[in-house]
Amino acid sequence: MIGPVIGVLFDGFAYGMLLFLLSVGLSVTLGMMNFVNLAHCAFAMLGAYVTVFLMNDLKWPFLATLPFAFLAAAFVSVLLERTLYRPLYRASDLDQVLLTIGLAFISVAVAAYIFGTILQPVQMPPYLRGSFNVMGVNFAVYRLFLIAVALIITLVLVLALEYTRFGAQVRAAVDNQRMARGLGINVDGAFAVTFALGSGLAGLGGALAIEIVGLDPSFAFIYLVYVLIVVSVGGLGSIGGSFIAASLIGISDVAGKYYVPEIGAFLIYLVMILLLMWRPAGLFGKR
Amino acid sequence: MSVTTEPSSGPYAYLKAQSRWRVIEVAFWLCTLLPYFLFPNYLVLASQIAITALFALSLDLILGYAGIVSLGHAAFFGLGAYTAGIASKYGWGEPITGLFIGGAMAAAVGFATSFIIARFRHLTLIMITLGLGLLLHEAANSAHFLTGGADGLQGVKIWKIFGVFGFDLWGRTAYTYSLIVLFLGFLLARRITNSPFGLALRGIRENSVRMPAIGAPSRAHIRKIYTISAAMAGVAGALLAQTTETVALEVLSFQRSAETLIMLVLGGAGMLYGGLVGSAIFMIARDQFSGINPQYWYFWIGLLLVFVVMVLPNGILGGLKKLLSSWRGRS
Repeated sequence: MIGPVIGVLFDGFAYGMLLFLLSVGLSVTLGMMNFVNLAHCAFAMLGAYVTVFLMNDLKWPFLATLPFAFLAAAFVSVLLERTLYRPLYRASDLDQVLLTIGLAFISVAVAAYIFGTILQPVQMPPYLRGSFNVMGVNFAVYRLFLIAVALIITLVLVLALEYTRFGAQVRAAVDNQRMARGLGINVDGAFAVTFALGSGLAGLGGALAIEIVGLDPSFAFIYLVYVLIVVSVGGLGSIGGSFIAASLIGISDVAGKYYVPEIGAFLIYLVMILLLMWRPAGLFGKR
Repeated sequence: MSVTTEPSSGPYAYLKAQSRWRVIEVAFWLCTLLPYFLFPNYLVLASQIAITALFALSLDLILGYAGIVSLGHAAFFGLGAYTAGIASKYGWGEPITGLFIGGAMAAAVGFATSFIIARFRHLTLIMITLGLGLLLHEAANSAHFLTGGADGLQGVKIWKIFGVFGFDLWGRTAYTYSLIVLFLGFLLARRITNSPFGLALRGIRENSVRMPAIGAPSRAHIRKIYTISAAMAGVAGALLAQTTETVALEVLSFQRSAETLIMLVLGGAGMLYGGLVGSAIFMIARDQFSGINPQYWYFWIGLLLVFVVMVLPNGILGGLKKLLSSWRGRS
């Protein structure tokens, strides 16, 4: 009886960690600049396609492709940030939404053009495949690996944000952008670095997501919704909030699809709306 | 001390001047009759454009005037479509009352959700409209017995309008019918936006904090316009269900919300005609390029969006207006 419950919790938590990797960058950049970036998942998709390309065409091992997924997404995002995003920081929500939806549309079309609309096949290395059984519960090795990666990254992020000079600047900019500027902090520079880091993490998340959810050009839109849910429920600019929100959403999504498949997807949206009505700034948001 | 109010000044005179019909507006509406003579084979497309234009107009009311960014407005379009479609499937296929039923259903749901909408702004608002839209999409997908789910609603039978005009294959009746409804909807929107209420909405768009401070009941205004806009979107949806005699799940999709937003912004938000012009250009372009893979079509849409945001912040009409005024200023 307890076996399936633990299994669902485990799968849900692994899925939640995936969502966390995809969304943490957006949470911090949104908190800093209030820039509604709907193209965030396009960067995740870019990372995923880089991994697929390196693995299938150049025959690289899976783990070696991950840093490049991160770098590619970070590099492209900073390029776009410099050219297209920057003029719109003071623009209305609507302009930001339109620009980034436009970029997401373009990314979907480009991905379809280069790789086709089929689901991309990837072959995980043997040491990440299979599962082992503890007291009647199946633990997939890949999901354990995913959870481990996410936990390490969370730890690094929290430590970096709390104990480094750069982290202090980022926190100051999230709390009060104008005041931070007034104190001589280079908010634009800090933002560019944060943006690149966040998009890089999304790229890494995308690469790790292939094995769990598959990869085709619709990725940029399907997971955008989940990422936005995590960000708005967790609260802007809060890593802890994103972590808890991602775990909650991941577990309730997997549990919903497992126990009540008829209303599985329905449940997630309902939970989000109710949570936002209860706390408009998210569970851990300050504003 | 005597205060003399000039007849040509003051708020009412301003509103009156705003609501006067201009020559170019009359010309625009005369142009909508051209498809009968120039493109009689494209009347089906023309009726689709009129329906989409009505939907874009409803979005303009909340987005262009009240400044509510909604990513889930297709919810009301779909509600109207499904309500009219289901009503006709179960025996009531009278088109004009069908429009009212569809509009009333959308208005009821719009009114209920407007209490949520009026409380939030910025990202939370975007997320809630998106969430409500997706919620309804999932609900319609699950309620297979009622909506036909992903297969679409079959068996919609629409009676003749006034018992005389049946819907034909060439879309003659469909276009006339949609165009008349669009025009009536437009008159309503024009009346609303040129009223003191319309000015109050623009005030909310420009500064949502100051409006309550000067005593305007902002939330009540937002609830009102949101309900009106939902009703209009519902009527547009009902029109689509009646003229195509089917309802696909796509009417509720995020794509429809996003595309309509794009059409509106392409034409120019907050100008009434923006949605009409934008939807005409968008739909004609899509029809012309329908040969190419829809995936690539999105590439051009995306590029267009980036271009509009970067270069034409007020859409095509806004750009034309600016061009015109600078040209006038020179001569």
